[in-house]
Amino acid sequence: MTLFKAENIQKRFGARVVLEDISLSVEEGTVHGIMGPNGAGKTTCFHVLTGYHAPDGGRIVFDGRDITGRKPHQIARMGISRSFQIMNLFDETVVIENVLLALPEFRAHGFNLTRSVFDDKALVDKALGVLDQVGLADLAWQKADALSYGNRRALEIAVALAAEPRIVFLDEPTSGLGVEATRQLMGLIRKLRKTYTIVLIEHDMNFLFELADRISVIHWGQVIAEDTPAALKANKWVARSALGEVA
Amino acid sequence: MISLSDIPARGGSPFTPAMGLFVALLLTAPFWLEPIGLYHYLGIEIAIWILFALGFNLLFGFIGLHSFGHGAYLGVGAYAFGLFQQEVTVSLWGGLAVAILAATLAGAIVGAFVSHRRGIYFALMTIAFGQVFWFGAIKLHSITGGEDGLLGIARPDLVVGPMRLDISDNISLYWFVAVILVLAVVALWRIVNAPFGRVLQAIRQNETRAQFVGYNVWLIKWLTFTLSAAFAGLAGGLFAMAQESAYPDVMSLHQSGLIVMMVLIGGGLVSFWGPVLGVLLYFIARDIIGGITETWLLWFGLMFVIMVMVRPEGVAGLIHVLRQKFAQTQQKTVAPASNPERA
Ligand SMILES: Nc1ncnc2c1ncn2[C@@H]1O[C@H](COP(=O)(O)OP(=O)(O)OP(=O)(O)O)[C@@H](O)[C@H]1O
Ligand SMILES: [Mg+2]
Repeated sequence: MTLFKAENIQKRFGARVVLEDISLSVEEGTVHGIMGPNGAGKTTCFHVLTGYHAPDGGRIVFDGRDITGRKPHQIARMGISRSFQIMNLFDETVVIENVLLALPEFRAHGFNLTRSVFDDKALVDKALGVLDQVGLADLAWQKADALSYGNRRALEIAVALAAEPRIVFLDEPTSGLGVEATRQLMGLIRKLRKTYTIVLIEHDMNFLFELADRISVIHWGQVIAEDTPAALKANKWVARSALGEVA
Repeated sequence: MISLSDIPARGGSPFTPAMGLFVALLLTAPFWLEPIGLYHYLGIEIAIWILFALGFNLLFGFIGLHSFGHGAYLGVGAYAFGLFQQEVTVSLWGGLAVAILAATLAGAIVGAFVSHRRGIYFALMTIAFGQVFWFGAIKLHSITGGEDGLLGIARPDLVVGPMRLDISDNISLYWFVAVILVLAVVALWRIVNAPFGRVLQAIRQNETRAQFVGYNVWLIKWLTFTLSAAFAGLAGGLFAMAQESAYPDVMSLHQSGLIVMMVLIGGGLVSFWGPVLGVLLYFIARDIIGGITETWLLWFGLMFVIMVMVRPEGVAGLIHVLRQKFAQTQQKTVAPASNPERA
């Protein structure tokens, strides 16, 4: 079943057209990869799909519902989560609170003044469970800005998972990670794909080809190819384009 | 770095040592104010400004919206209280309710215009709106009494059930204001420690992330703006009663700047109690340095500058650092606890 669909998305900033014509279709339970050279418009595409920018044209459909033009918080509540290429955490507080804030149950208590944040054992346990998924349970009570770079990347993912999404958009999760951390992340995403539908922007081609069921190649704000990793590998032109060698 | 978002040592109960000390000082003040050379009216003033400052810090410190026009809502509360006494009926509860309502309404309207703004634009818009209210107070002569303001506002009796108490003398009025303040402080403490308060702080730390985990950031900012205006309105109503008048200066830019300065000096950015310390410091400076030299505000301003330069976290930050130093020297002699923070 098609869970998420974008049709002919366009986005310009002033006179600069960043997304010319993007169409994507993501099947439930799959990992959909997105690749393309720097500045191709991948992050902008995520921004549009998750409501951060309104598109100038096109339609976005999630689970049969048209969500074009909805606000980020509305889209998030429907079960669409994302991580960011540039780290985006609640840095002044502890790791576990980053996750707690994202739990739907916590949000539901938002206006309940009789509760306190860390008193609710069920919620704290649930947050610990999410942290455990990404291997951060032991660091739950550290300040978020005290974590190592790799662990901060993992926390980005934990926050996205905490919202109990049906689909998760990950923007270059391996960026800045070493070999070992990248290998661990690959293991994590293999595990996550059993539960979530995943859309993944990635520069690391080995990583992407290993994980993705299908890959869209974006160049100059357009999808220039969309196929399985095996088929794309055979296409030299596509591989070179993704590395930015076609100008 | 310390921050408002550090985990409170205690859970949901507002009965912390700091709260105990605060309430104890507040409720014993009438007995020691005069013996130490101060006066009861000062106590009233301080209590009102603490109320104003703590409500303001919800906006300034907790959600991180830097309003420089908050005096407007203090003023709206003061005028609303006065007008109600003079035009409708002399009633304490009626006046205070109207003061809160008027300031809430003003805050809700202005908040709707400014809540999507950030940083310098937000600050400038709050100043602009603040000036609109101030200008209105001066120009709407027939309603507000122009530059003179409303004079001879009554201090109405306190009516609770069948009881009617005269609170027009400073000691009784102090008791009344102190009780209102305690209730307000407990309410504010609950608000900032409840999930709602943590969400405010999340928005301060990272607005984008807060949106993407499902919070309607605009709505929460607007609510916070409105709520903090409501507290300012209550403070304003009490202020009109204390001063027995309401005049344009109450909502001047000067007043708006003063509350920012008090909150910063006290450490409102790092502690719930910061604004309380700031207000105390300001009034102590006014009455003690003011007793020595007319240029006391200059000296207070200098203190502010030095404070911002050497310890931007304010007095509360300073206390935190000193306590840590103290704890360290103690730990050298006593075996360290396994995990003192989560004990
Ligand atoms: N808010 C904006 N205003 C103007 N131009 C923008 C804006 N956001 C992005 N752009 C431009 O759009 C183009 C695409 O940017 P985008 O960040 O989407 O690329 P990307 O494919 O994610 O690149 P990278 O691989 O480097 O992350 C860039 O040229 C960028 O300068
Ligand atoms: Mg990008």
